[in-house]
Amino acid sequence: MKNEMKLSFLSVSENEAFARTAVAAFVAQFNPAIDELADIRTAVSEAVTNAIVHGYKEEKGYVHLTVKVSDDRVVYIQIKDSGCGIKDVKRAMQPLFTTAHDDERAGLGFAVMESFMDKLDVKSKYGYGTKVNMKKILLSSENEEY
Amino acid sequence: MVNFMYEERRITAGIIGEIDHHNAAMMRRKIDMELKERVPEEMVFDFERVTFMDSSGVGLIMGRYRLMNEIGGKIIIKNASDRIKKVMKLSGIDKVARML
Repeated sequence: MKNEMKLSFLSVSENEAFARTAVAAFVAQFNPAIDELADIRTAVSEAVTNAIVHGYKEEKGYVHLTVKVSDDRVVYIQIKDSGCGIKDVKRAMQPLFTTAHDDERAGLGFAVMESFMDKLDVKSKYGYGTKVNMKKILLSSENEEY
Repeated sequence: MVNFMYEERRITAGIIGEIDHHNAAMMRRKIDMELKERVPEEMVFDFERVTFMDSSGVGLIMGRYRLMNEIGGKIIIKNASDRIKKVMKLSGIDKVARML
């Protein structure tokens, strides 16, 4: 591993911006392309929002975020909560599926993560929490520093 | 933040800053107040000054689309960047709202 960071924060909606900004700032040291960084920022925002809105709902708990960047410029991001968990992950991952109609959730969180990242893996235990693992390969060369 | 502009039967909501779940709630309240008060025929979302949007922005537009449908009006989306359009296209909202 080239570098790694861990972050834990309370499940309040103000932390959605904090989390995506922190991850972007960390990944920025590897000189990603602007689009790659924007993809990561959007995917992190979706995963953290899911943890806050669906995982913890009205309760407060901690969201745990880990970012690792390997020598070959692969970014591994894990977002974990100890909230209510997802009953049927396959169903939850279908585009436009949502359980939070009142909150005007579009049901696109996983679809965005899937299309903006290179790999998405969701593991959940109903009643115990959810773990989202994402991978993004940074294509642009590191030698482009100037 | 949302800035409003009025022309006859049209309201333009110029959104400024980041649209995420946290900010969308406030934007939704502000826009709905305007829609209820003015009952326009057209509601324009201007994305020119939006610096970030995740799927919460889609929820925001879809909700207003439903509202405008109820009062017989339509939605127009203006100045969305390619990145924002990419998120919108996942929802198919580009098929029900006009994109300028």
